[in-house]
Amino acid sequence: MSLNNRYDFVLVFDVRDGNPNGDPDAGNLPRLDAESGHGLVTDVSLKRKVRNFVGLVKGETPPFDIYVKEKAVLNQTHEKAYVAVGAEEELKGDKKRKGSGDTVDKARQWMCANFFDVRTFGAVMSTGVNCGQVRGPVQLTFARSVDPVIAQEHSITRMAVATEAEAEKQQGDNRTMGRKHTVPYGVYVAHGFVSSFLAKQTGFSEFDLDLLWQALEHMFEHDRSAARGEMATRGLYVFKHDSELGNAHAHALFDRIKVARKAEVDVARSFADYEVAIDEANLPSGVTLIKRV
Amino acid sequence: MEVAGDFACFTRPEMKVERVSYDVMTPSAARSVFEAILWKPAIRWEVKRIEVLKPIRWISVRRNEVASKASVRNAQTAMSAGKGNLALYVEEDRQQRAGLFLRDVAYRIHAELVPVGDDARSNPAKYREMFQRRAEKGQCVNQPYLGCREFAARFRLVDQPGDEAPAIDETRDLGWMLFDMDFTAVNDPKPQFFRADMQHGVIDLTKAQVMG
Repeated sequence: MSLNNRYDFVLVFDVRDGNPNGDPDAGNLPRLDAESGHGLVTDVSLKRKVRNFVGLVKGETPPFDIYVKEKAVLNQTHEKAYVAVGAEEELKGDKKRKGSGDTVDKARQWMCANFFDVRTFGAVMSTGVNCGQVRGPVQLTFARSVDPVIAQEHSITRMAVATEAEAEKQQGDNRTMGRKHTVPYGVYVAHGFVSSFLAKQTGFSEFDLDLLWQALEHMFEHDRSAARGEMATRGLYVFKHDSELGNAHAHALFDRIKVARKAEVDVARSFADYEVAIDEANLPSGVTLIKRV
Repeated sequence: MEVAGDFACFTRPEMKVERVSYDVMTPSAARSVFEAILWKPAIRWEVKRIEVLKPIRWISVRRNEVASKASVRNAQTAMSAGKGNLALYVEEDRQQRAGLFLRDVAYRIHAELVPVGDDARSNPAKYREMFQRRAEKGQCVNQPYLGCREFAARFRLVDQPGDEAPAIDETRDLGWMLFDMDFTAVNDPKPQFFRADMQHGVIDLTKAQVMG
């Protein structure tokens, strides 16, 4: 079942005493907008978590396999049976493309049918032919914190060393120091778009869409680590358009969701210090707001 | 049309491993904004003028990316064999790439709808109005973006260009910039360049000399 609606969505998440997204340029400090002090989380960081969640829930089997994998999740080279459901028919009823694109086209459709992330976010297939890419229907932006965040640096110690050489250098003391960086608290907002036209090209279905919403709701709960601290999805507001083209400007819809620190709070340290104001009055006709979280 | 966004990256083709953006939007990126709202094989968009509405400012962002692309050959082998290992392991295939992006940008872009198909030639008003309707309502086929998909664009149709805020007062020779890709040979598109001359924030493309 293919999509027949355009969707625009707002994802609100928070972090407490953790590093939501390290900056490799700045010694893994939380990403910051140097000019305004707002925290940033890249689109690719969020997509990684969606991939991990879907991989976890669906066991990385077709048609929900994950193409771009993290080695830590799966280390063994496994040979899986790629029994693509429905892929055979798609291969037969294939429209011919100009030039050498024909076989590429088949391979592309097959990849879409088997891999959730190719279907959702797209992928570049190396072909030498310019059209050998999949543009996914789901487009995400950088997430940005509502208020400027500060990055704290913590020095930590460990009571063991990795190598004997290190132990000798310290004359058997065997203690080293490390560093970790956290954001004490931050609420971040990301925007996203789902195009039904591109969904039709990749076969991204209503079921896939629901899986995407689930992933956005729960992805942080399966991404616990020492670095992340406590992260959670605090809001997922989906604007569903009646028509495929859409019924309103995306930015006008996004402006209806306002996340702000409560006036009496000087230093925010929990989500209760924030207020989400949703302007549901006179939604443009043909647009429904679905509050997933 | 007016387009704006927090970030933008109109990547210079000569510096795309570590992406560096051009100073301003390229005509090719502007064309794709129009195409995201309306495009049919019967029409073509010709970008005429790009006005820069905000000062040119930069931000550097480094991200983890993968080094390889999906291989069509491997996919085909797996298709016929019914099994195979297609996954891309990011830990083994990681590259950190910095990008020098533009921040807080806004442009006013002017383009002309050129009919190429028979239907469009006999009835160009139909397409013009279709575009106008969509752009006014905020409809689009996919959300337009500023160079890369993660930098989504806010867009607005400008009805009365006379009433709008002027472009920034900056005159600069921006050097050679990508004009567009020439897709006449579908399998081997060729880039075209032009000498971008910004006069008081305005790049007039009708005067630009395009070189293949």
